[in-house]
Amino acid sequence: MIIQLKNPMPSSAIASWQPKLRELLRQGSLTLAGLAIFVLCWAALAENLQTSLGQFPGPTAVAIQFKALVAEHQTEKSREELFYQRQQERLEKNPEAVSRPYSGRPTFFSQIQTSLQTVLSGFLLASLFAIPAGVLIGLSPLSYSAANPLIQLLKPISPLAWLPLITIVVSASYPADGLLSRSYLVSALTVALCSLWPTLINTIVGVSQVPADLQNVSKVLRLNWFRHVRAIVLPSAVPMIFTGLRLSLGIAWMVLIAAEMLAQNPGLGKFVWDEFQNGSSDSLARICVAVAVIGLIGLLLDRLMLSLQKAVSWDKSVQLR
Amino acid sequence: MQKHLELSQVGISFPTPKGPFVALQNVNLSIAKGEIISLIGHSGCGKSTVLNIIAGLLKATEGGVILNHKEVNEPGPERAVVFQHHSLLPWLSVYENVALAVRQVFAGKMTKSQMQDWIEHNLALVQMSHARDKKPAEISGGMKQRVGIARALAMQPQVLLMDEPFGALDALTRAHLQDSVQQIQAELGNTVILITHDVDEAVLLSDRIVMMTNGPAATVGEVLQIDLPRPRDRLALADCPKYNHYRHQVLSFLYEKQRKVEPLPVASAKASQDKRLVKDEVRA
Ligand SMILES: Nc1ncnc2c1ncn2[C@@H]1O[C@H](COP(=O)(O)OP(=O)(O)OP(=O)(O)O)[C@@H](O)[C@H]1O
Ligand SMILES: [Mg+2]
Repeated sequence: MIIQLKNPMPSSAIASWQPKLRELLRQGSLTLAGLAIFVLCWAALAENLQTSLGQFPGPTAVAIQFKALVAEHQTEKSREELFYQRQQERLEKNPEAVSRPYSGRPTFFSQIQTSLQTVLSGFLLASLFAIPAGVLIGLSPLSYSAANPLIQLLKPISPLAWLPLITIVVSASYPADGLLSRSYLVSALTVALCSLWPTLINTIVGVSQVPADLQNVSKVLRLNWFRHVRAIVLPSAVPMIFTGLRLSLGIAWMVLIAAEMLAQNPGLGKFVWDEFQNGSSDSLARICVAVAVIGLIGLLLDRLMLSLQKAVSWDKSVQLR
Repeated sequence: MQKHLELSQVGISFPTPKGPFVALQNVNLSIAKGEIISLIGHSGCGKSTVLNIIAGLLKATEGGVILNHKEVNEPGPERAVVFQHHSLLPWLSVYENVALAVRQVFAGKMTKSQMQDWIEHNLALVQMSHARDKKPAEISGGMKQRVGIARALAMQPQVLLMDEPFGALDALTRAHLQDSVQQIQAELGNTVILITHDVDEAVLLSDRIVMMTNGPAATVGEVLQIDLPRPRDRLALADCPKYNHYRHQVLSFLYEKQRKVEPLPVASAKASQDKRLVKDEVRA
């Protein structure tokens, strides 16, 4: 406020702000209205829906379970603190005593953390492979002809089909007491294998569509292969690469939840599955909380990629949404 | 005349689904150092193809190009190209676009600060210093074209190849850039080969105008020597009988001798041709 007084905005800046603000308010109120309608319909439907586990949870029941989950998390955390405190005391008295890590039940929130870590490492792995591979394939028509049928064949394979194979390969080739747990590795690899395709394909397309004029500039300058790729090809393909990355991250998140459910690997998917097996009267509401959180995280990840995409995109004439 | 750039018996044919398409045949041209040559001819006759062969971006299927006693067989910065659509890298600033060329061509021959000075110097030459940090999308078409010229000049080319460099610009900007090219060329003495559709531009800028016949199998039709003193001033020339004589010769080549047979109804084809002539008269 003070800055504004000292250095008043030119009237044109204010004029350009007002429509923006109005647009923001409009969008905000419409979003809220949509949400409100959804919640009302949900509440009405839930009241009339009887299941084997009792009535289908409405918004209130879900909110109550959310609070319960938060409380559980807090108790679990204080238990953990207490455990380490006691162990510390024991060790001080008797340095010979064995120190053990705390092995409590994972809470909802620690499952969220596990899932986020897994999805990001799987996505990172996929990108680290897909971008260089896409550049190499896209630059040479020969390798494109060789790779394209293979890509088209592998792309539509469901994560559920990969999972058993990856599980068996990992347990055959990775020690059970390795630095990373096997289940983590299986989830991350499944995510990587299923999510790398959009990045790979978009990188190939972006790289092979460098305008002829820019390629001629590179030829006239006699850029060598590395400089050609770094100065011309990669920047020109960046918008396409990021479009691919964004699609990949969306797929990665969907695949991860499915993989965790199927393989009983730690994470949000396992939480949902456990509650489903548990079948208590609160289970449905807890699953609803998880479903909402899964959606919310998916949304946040997408927004994150979108802002990254906007930051690196040099083509400001394209409206990204 | 000292041999500088020599095209001998150049021909090219493109493979097409209907068999090879002979675009150029028996193109012979000998160009002296420091000459300004314009290539003029109807659309699709093969002007760009000639330029691209000299640049090394296309390979002649017959004959060849010799620059300073060496055969041209790949592109290189000593034959800089100003492209029709500027082709600046859209993610680099004006300065960085010129810098890319300078760093590549003068690596190991200039220090960092010498390079900086050289980039600034070339931007100043085309009067673009004020926009050095802008992206191509933020400057006008004429400004982009000027940066394209600065980038080409910064390579210190022996031959400057320009493919309709001012084609997409309005008349005022075009006149301004024509003057800059005249000035810069007088200073640096590069050999310039310029493609144009504009008869006035050809007569104003050239030492010789190379008029091409219609394709397929296009070749050099006539070569017109322009003996007008330099520096040339467009206003003074407008009343100069010699200038108008040259214009007339080019126009009669294009619209009488190489009249384009267009697949249009006779009446409308005639009308559009007349309109073109009238437009040309008005411009003069
Ligand atoms: N790669 C190619 N394959 C097949 N034909 C081609 C190719 N490049 C050019 N041609 C043909 O060669 C002829 C000459 O083309 P060119 O682009 O040199 O014409 P131009 O004189 O520059 O025309 P304009 O004034 O419209 O730019 C045209 O008929 C064109 O169709
Ligand atoms: Mg052309």
